[in-house]
Amino acid sequence: MFESLSTRIQGAFKTLRGEVRLTPDHVEAALREIRLALLEADVNFKVVKAFIDRVRDRAMDQAVLRSLTPGQQVIKLVRDELLALFGDTEGGLTKDAPTPRVVLLLGLQGAGKTTTSGKLAKWLVRQGRHPLMVSTDVRRPAAVEQLSVLGRKADIRVHAPETMDPVARASGALAEAKAMGFDTVIVDTAGRLHIDDDLMGELQAISDAVHPSDLLYVADAMTGQDAIKSAGEFHRRVGVTGVVLTKLDGDARGGAALSVVSVVGVPIAFVGSGEQLEDLELFHPDRIVSRMLGMGDMLSLIEKAEQAIDKDEAAQLEEKLRKNEFTLDDFRSQLKALKRMGPLESVLGMIPGLGDLKQAAEHKPDEKQLGRVEAILSSMTADERRDHSVMNGSRRKRIAAGSGTSVEDVNRLLKQFTEMRRMLQTMGRGGMPGAGAGMKLPKMAHGLRPGSAPRGAGSGKKRKKGGPWGLMRTR
Amino acid sequence: MGHVPILDRLRDGLTRTKRRLVDRFDEIVRRADGQTSGGDAIDVDTVEALEELLLSADVGVAATGRIVSAVAGRARHGESLRDLVKGEILEIFGAVAPVAPGVGGREGEDPRQSNGPPSRVVLVVGVNGTGKTTTVGKLANLLKASGKRPLVCAADTFRAAAVEQLAIWAERADVEIIRSGDGADPAAVVFDAIQAGQARGCDPILIDTAGRLHTRANLMSELDKIRRVAWRASEGAPHEVLLVLDATVGQNGLTQAREFTSAAGVTGVVLTKLDGTAKGGVAVAIAHDLKLPIRYVGIGEGMEDLIPFSPQEYVDALFQQQW
Ligand SMILES: Nc1nc2c(ncn2[C@@H]2O[C@H](COP(=O)(O)OP(=O)(O)OP(=O)(O)O)[C@@H](O)[C@H]2O)c(=O)[nH]1
Ligand SMILES: Nc1nc2c(ncn2[C@@H]2O[C@H](COP(=O)(O)OP(=O)(O)OP(=O)(O)O)[C@@H](O)[C@H]2O)c(=O)[nH]1
Ligand SMILES: [Mg+2]
Ligand SMILES: [Mg+2]
Repeated sequence: MFESLSTRIQGAFKTLRGEVRLTPDHVEAALREIRLALLEADVNFKVVKAFIDRVRDRAMDQAVLRSLTPGQQVIKLVRDELLALFGDTEGGLTKDAPTPRVVLLLGLQGAGKTTTSGKLAKWLVRQGRHPLMVSTDVRRPAAVEQLSVLGRKADIRVHAPETMDPVARASGALAEAKAMGFDTVIVDTAGRLHIDDDLMGELQAISDAVHPSDLLYVADAMTGQDAIKSAGEFHRRVGVTGVVLTKLDGDARGGAALSVVSVVGVPIAFVGSGEQLEDLELFHPDRIVSRMLGMGDMLSLIEKAEQAIDKDEAAQLEEKLRKNEFTLDDFRSQLKALKRMGPLESVLGMIPGLGDLKQAAEHKPDEKQLGRVEAILSSMTADERRDHSVMNGSRRKRIAAGSGTSVEDVNRLLKQFTEMRRMLQTMGRGGMPGAGAGMKLPKMAHGLRPGSAPRGAGSGKKRKKGGPWGLMRTR
Repeated sequence: MGHVPILDRLRDGLTRTKRRLVDRFDEIVRRADGQTSGGDAIDVDTVEALEELLLSADVGVAATGRIVSAVAGRARHGESLRDLVKGEILEIFGAVAPVAPGVGGREGEDPRQSNGPPSRVVLVVGVNGTGKTTTVGKLANLLKASGKRPLVCAADTFRAAAVEQLAIWAERADVEIIRSGDGADPAAVVFDAIQAGQARGCDPILIDTAGRLHTRANLMSELDKIRRVAWRASEGAPHEVLLVLDATVGQNGLTQAREFTSAAGVTGVVLTKLDGTAKGGVAVAIAHDLKLPIRYVGIGEGMEDLIPFSPQEYVDALFQQQW
């Protein structure tokens, strides 16, 4: 749907192919793309502004301007900045808490608080804990019942007193936990608007009564610009210690996550990835950043790859990539590994950078085509696979006959291979963010002082018609 | 001028928080109007402020760009910038196909007449937690108040206590409900509800469905199955498919509208939670791109907090000078 951020950044630099020198204007063009992409991902526009300023300061660095792969450099910069914003977090609950620990879930209507209460209880059980749940939502029809059903399903004790006073219900649960030896109390609250003074007061009263060590703000990943207002106000009133980002199993870009985190300044603790009680995961900054950049889920790729690819083999491959010694033989073993990793399309989607490739190449490689490629490769001699430069006309003819394909097929494969080799080499040289060698790039030196960066179109006070956001169509 | 209750309600909902936005807008407008009367183009600060205003309402990059360039292009003729923006948004809403017979069906028809037309069937769909069940409750109340005899159908057999939730709403609105146990086949409940509704002379039949993300293919095809079963129960059903959209949603709202329209044939949108600080501006983009009308807006958790959508009132309330 949305053009990925990395595609856009690459695109901004593509226009200047053939030009010798990069200028700040080119960087400015890339920044414009980043700005639009972040807005489309629902990052709050104020947050976008601050973010762009930070990236600009770093992107005007001479190292970027001189780089052969400026697009890659800028993507990496953006990625680093995003990661810095999300912080070095492993997710989960706060580290020190008295026993019983009290966890309060709060947020807007329909965000997923009650469901998350159930999921969290199950998660705690998996950690060897003994949670007790209580609903303080006496307003929404069947909200108390909803938590009870979840408790039955997950086999979690639910404190269910007669009283319909939210504060008394929460305190009662804490007392029961102390008396019965539960080590965690999960308090579900009613959804409320941050501008509803009465209900915000009620929330404060609940919090004051049970002194939670964890106040989890539950936010819908599909939220738009409003995210900072609501999160900010909840934080101001009760002090949030962590964020749970729900409904991340959809296709929202998750920009709200960035907005919320920038405003409340606390890490994301968990993400909700489905409606089932098992669908709660610890937050990994990498994953959401990849999602925002449109670079696929690199971590799951790595996990999958680790299962499919032998460690030594991988190290060897990296070495070969660096030395540009990648052969048809390696290509063949990679193909085999790829096949072990699942459907080709989903694998391609996960490989950083190849997201675009997948898009660009309308002709998605299908499994049948793969079979043909494998046949061609097996019809080659070991020598040919080791060094494809020996491939002459008669060898090609023989391979085609041996594999039941045509000479054109063989030619196409060889051409694709050389292209791939070239591409892999650029990636190996350090352009690719997050993948292999790219991670090991030396940190760029800061060239320009912050603030001395040249400003591009729009920020001047000239009488121009285009807004700084660059949204206007040029006619 | 007389008192327009609906306008007041909407205004109440919007007032609380739009004040700052409006102050800001007034400032822009004053500056820009002062300038445009001089016959000059709008300066870059004004354009920026205008863009920010629309972006912060979740109108989205594309629609904002369109509105701003249209307005900036014409501003030099000395018109008020406020009117231009309002006009532009109204034009987008105006281009939406004229509203078909409402949810309640044609006026003055008594479905209980022996050979009257079949009951209207209204399917309510959307992603998780947007306010579908609440909207079905409010809608039942609204229709009942207008003299109809609605029946609600609890086809969310998945989410914990969803059936109980709707049952409480049915009780509040004093309307009949057809329900079945948790885990039952939703399409079967829909079939039963339509048959029972027709037999009892209830009209319309409002179907609450489980929340589902549009990315879940199997759940989306469940909606298709519900549609087919509804048609089997009563030819032509469902007559209306309402997509319930949370006003806090960002640009994903457009994707939701597109996907639910292609999978479930959405005919109209209900924009809920407009009583918060979110503006639901993605509805402008939805109207533009998909030509889907907005039917109702939700402005609270109470039974009365659902009002028919009026583009003029929506835009007026957004850009009202003084409240
Ligand atoms: N797909 C998906 N759905 C979710 C997730 N978390 C919650 N939901 C769904 O979102 C809807 C709302 O969840 P609830 O837990 O009732 O939300 P709440 O915040 O307690 O709502 P109120 O109490 O009414 O304010 C339900 O349909 C849940 O099944 C998630 O991570 N993914
Ligand atoms: N402030 C406000 N809250 C609303 C409005 N409409 C619904 N809600 C609240 O939003 C929450 C979710 O509403 P539901 O009706 O349960 O939503 P749903 O779409 O049926 O949810 P699922 O069936 O779980 O997908 C509840 O707490 C409602 O009270 C509205 O217009 N304004
Ligand atoms: Mg709840
Ligand atoms: Mg519901």
